[in-house]
Amino acid sequence: LLQVEQVKLLDRFSTSNKSLTGTLYLTATHLLFIDSSQRETWILHHHIAAVEKLPLTTSGCPLVIQCKNFRIVHFVVPRERDCHDIYNSLLQLSRTAKYEELYAFSYNPKQNESEQVKGWQLIDLAEEYKRMGVPNAYWQLSDANRDYKICETYPRELYVPRTASKPIIVGSSKFRSKGRFPVLSYYHKNKEAAICRCSQPLSGFSARCLEDEHMLQAISKANPSNRYMYVMDTRPKLNAMANRAAGKGYENEDNYSNIRFQFVGIENIHVMRSSLQKLLEVSGTRGLSVNDFLSGLENSGWLRHVKAVLDAAVFLAKAIAVEGASVLVHCSDGWDRTSQVCSLGALLLDSYYRTIKGFMVLIEKDWISFGHKFSDRCCQLDGDPKEISPVFTQFLESVWNLTEQFPQAFEYNEAFLLQIHEHVHSCQFGNFLGNCQKEREELKLKEKTYSLWPFLLAEQKKYQNPLYNPDFSPELTLLEPNTVSFNFKFWRNMYHQFDRSMHPRQSMFNLIMNTSEQNKQLEEDIKELEAKIRQRNGQSDVVLEKEQEQTAHPAPVALKTPPCFQKEQPPMPVNDAVRTIEGSNTADNRYSELVSEFSKAEPAVVSLEYGVARMTC
Amino acid sequence: MEFAELIKTPRADNVVLHRPFHPAVEGTLCLTGHHLIFSSRRQDNAEELWLLHSNIDSIDKRFVGSLGTIIIKCKDLRIIQLDIPGMEECLNIASSIEALSTLDSVTLMYPFFYRPMFEVLEDGWSSFLLEQEFELLSSVTNEWRLSCVNKDFSVCPSYPPVVIVPKCIDDEALRKVALFRHGGRFPVLSYYHKKNGMAMMRSSQPLTGTNGRRCKEDEKLINATLRSGRRGFVIDTRPLNVAQQARAKGGGFEQEVHYPQWRRIHKYIERFNILQESFIKLVEACNDQSHNMDRWLSKLEASNWLTHIKELLTAACLAAQCIDREGASVLVHGSEGTDSTLQVTSLAQIILDPRCRTIRGFEALVVREWLQAGHPFQQRCAQSAYSNSKQKWEAPVFLLFLECVWQIHRQFPCSFEFNEQFLIMLFEHAYASQFGTFLGNNENERAKLKLPQKTMSLWSWVNRPEELSRFQNPLYEANSLVIWPSVAPQSLQLWEGVFLRWNRPSKFLEEAEEERINIIKYNKELQAKVNALRRQLAEMETDEAQQEP
Repeated sequence: LLQVEQVKLLDRFSTSNKSLTGTLYLTATHLLFIDSSQRETWILHHHIAAVEKLPLTTSGCPLVIQCKNFRIVHFVVPRERDCHDIYNSLLQLSRTAKYEELYAFSYNPKQNESEQVKGWQLIDLAEEYKRMGVPNAYWQLSDANRDYKICETYPRELYVPRTASKPIIVGSSKFRSKGRFPVLSYYHKNKEAAICRCSQPLSGFSARCLEDEHMLQAISKANPSNRYMYVMDTRPKLNAMANRAAGKGYENEDNYSNIRFQFVGIENIHVMRSSLQKLLEVSGTRGLSVNDFLSGLENSGWLRHVKAVLDAAVFLAKAIAVEGASVLVHCSDGWDRTSQVCSLGALLLDSYYRTIKGFMVLIEKDWISFGHKFSDRCCQLDGDPKEISPVFTQFLESVWNLTEQFPQAFEYNEAFLLQIHEHVHSCQFGNFLGNCQKEREELKLKEKTYSLWPFLLAEQKKYQNPLYNPDFSPELTLLEPNTVSFNFKFWRNMYHQFDRSMHPRQSMFNLIMNTSEQNKQLEEDIKELEAKIRQRNGQSDVVLEKEQEQTAHPAPVALKTPPCFQKEQPPMPVNDAVRTIEGSNTADNRYSELVSEFSKAEPAVVSLEYGVARMTC
Repeated sequence: MEFAELIKTPRADNVVLHRPFHPAVEGTLCLTGHHLIFSSRRQDNAEELWLLHSNIDSIDKRFVGSLGTIIIKCKDLRIIQLDIPGMEECLNIASSIEALSTLDSVTLMYPFFYRPMFEVLEDGWSSFLLEQEFELLSSVTNEWRLSCVNKDFSVCPSYPPVVIVPKCIDDEALRKVALFRHGGRFPVLSYYHKKNGMAMMRSSQPLTGTNGRRCKEDEKLINATLRSGRRGFVIDTRPLNVAQQARAKGGGFEQEVHYPQWRRIHKYIERFNILQESFIKLVEACNDQSHNMDRWLSKLEASNWLTHIKELLTAACLAAQCIDREGASVLVHGSEGTDSTLQVTSLAQIILDPRCRTIRGFEALVVREWLQAGHPFQQRCAQSAYSNSKQKWEAPVFLLFLECVWQIHRQFPCSFEFNEQFLIMLFEHAYASQFGTFLGNNENERAKLKLPQKTMSLWSWVNRPEELSRFQNPLYEANSLVIWPSVAPQSLQLWEGVFLRWNRPSKFLEEAEEERINIIKYNKELQAKVNALRRQLAEMETDEAQQEP
């Protein structure tokens, strides 16, 4: 444990060099900063994406820590040696070589074994397929991958058309990248149409595979109402063509009967990674002008990519809901863009996924079980930086955009999406560890770690959308978002979640949420009071002293333990607190031009890009 | 009546009305002197559209065979399309609308013909008198006086008949100062900060010219607002070089030598003609649904609209900060003192003064800082963003102010008594209205037009309880603090309620808003009920206690 005193925490955007002074601690799992007014800032080592030591200044040695949840903290450590120690320790602590060293393996939420088991059983995918209506006359559970023999990155349980025999499955899998042959992802009961997913075919310039062709035919025949099916290649056409040279590629329409082939043009993980990088560079700029912000937003391409993902999902959902056609979705390996498009398509089609539980199921199904490489994409272990990509973040952002357009259609709120994002990177729970189910089983995650979902459910009050209307859309009616460009907005609460000075000073959302919560309590109170009055009217001499008092405020949480579950989010204030003005201090606001009018010019700002000892993860 | 001559075809049948996000409707189109009326004859779902001719910004016509199409673009930014069978009919209707929507004479405008269907409870023309304002002021300070020096508009044609000035400055001095300020707009009190007794004054530029003319009375006037030994700030809404160039044309700025106690800050706010271009570009960008993301963002950027918003908010925060944090008096001016000056002074008051965040207080602010202060509404709002004619004096100066209020409102959603609809309503009425409130360019013109006698005031209508309820913010709870908005680009947003209002389906957003209101209302009902039950129970308990021996 390392402890350094008199450390300054600078406001990232303030031009007035406002800072808090306090003590910085390094524990085995967290970095902790306690300022002079005893406010704590906890940062999980796993959340650290990069640490940078900037050149020495007169006030000390600056240390900038960038986190995967987009928090950026800027410390100034008085002595260079201390700074160096912290820097080195953080480098070590934030780099993990083995899964077993991740926080999830040491995290103990004080659950007993049966609770732990029950927690892992909360989401049952077999149950989910049953809910969709499979197995049925056309679709069945296949045991082909029971031992991960056909595809290591798929789950054991896979649903395929009844007419797809084992040889067809095996043959098809040999013709698909990483063996990821076409399987069922979502079944639409009313239309009897299916969303299937796979990876790209190994078609090269001319290769074909009869089993694979049969496989697709089996899928199209499994839809009694429309024998045409779509094959959606979610890549830009150029990328798909380039893959042909490597013996991969896309389906030749001539070889497959009854298919309609369609490219939808979502860029690859590398483009997305650098896009987000550009976005963060822009949004992190001090004294940003509106036009620099807008052109930076444009140049980053980020919103364009989010729109492309959502457009693809809309195309998919319409094919199913309007044309009643089944759709096969793939990209290259079928675990990034394919997961995005399949899950968003299902979210548009099926209101169940717009509930809290349903959203967990959706993530378990299309992301976790189908082998989205969470470990690589989120850099859980020290690995290839080229594998990192914000694919899942983009998915959450697409969902957020939908919640903005349909404020009453979702049971969950923004905080839920943010909390999931937090834990995808925290490595505190077992769900997102590893790259596929096989790996997770080998790690014995269900015995050694805990599942996130029961914890989220336990505090679901925080994640409920007070405006949610379960009758918003009848079951299985399509949600049709408007994807005109102006509907896509910069997600401030994601990328500036920790920059409180940029947020509205009064949160309408919190107010509505608390009022709605209070309404429930008041309804209870009324019932209770009415009962008391009835009782008095009935037997007026009975004294009702035993009536319990209303439960007062919950006991304060013990301090000085790491925030096990809740991240350091502003606690939901009660009504009065919501209305208090957080930033009633001009120093919190950046009227940069004027600060310099009043105070002496600040010392030159050290820009992040020129720092030494940059560590990227 | 002269309108009849302009209406060549008063009525057309089998007209089809197209609006975005609504199914096309067939019906009858009628033209009256002031309205375009469309009514569908479908019995099950009769629909009527009433459009003021003065709301029409531009009109285009096209023909396919004998079917004519008129595209009407309104000042509230809505676009509708009418398919009219018959080429002649269509041409007639188009030219009638064109003539009726571009009437030259103010006295032909609808407010002079409008007869309200409601009972007037309070005459809005006398709801907000400066005398009342002064009475309030007198209860906290006696450093100011009401001057009638301009009672016949001879000292400053764009000022109201009465103004508030420092007590120690007599009318004779004011007359001299008026000669030293552009358009006679001598410094007057705009806002008095009770908390620390600091004042915000506004004026036009001083006429120093190239030879550095000075005016002792002017110096004395503004120095009268200073505490001894304290400095004040002059916020000039022009950049330094523009202020310097203005000297060549007889204008200028307060020079340090003559105003040693004042520090000048140049906080540039764009001139009105630049703002109009920006407005047109923004609306163009918002109306094109085919833009891909890059194009949309670059068009949004190229419009510069949000930059103007940020600059304006920053300038207002600067003025507010000088007063509240630095404890200094402030004088705000640009060139004429009728546009950017008023934007800054009125926004600073929104930030500083909780009263301005109430409905009544905001109305009073609009009357005081915009109407009485001589913002030329008629010139600025003659045309909106679709006008084909060459622009002269048009500019969305007032709209920008409203949008800045909206931006602050978004950041402090519980601190305003009014809602977004209230701001949108003011935007609409500034451009086209049945009320006389926004006619004319200043009080002088309004008096000549006899507007208070001949037209109805917007406030007479808005302040009726039935109307007010539509504009109330259910989240409002009085907040006596100064509210400092964030001006970071990430905190600013496009005002969708105005700019995307007609371009996107709004059903779900409106329903969500309704649900929000219901939750708040329900909460109030429940609280009332709980309180009533508690009282009832308490009474029963005391009754029992009394019954016991």
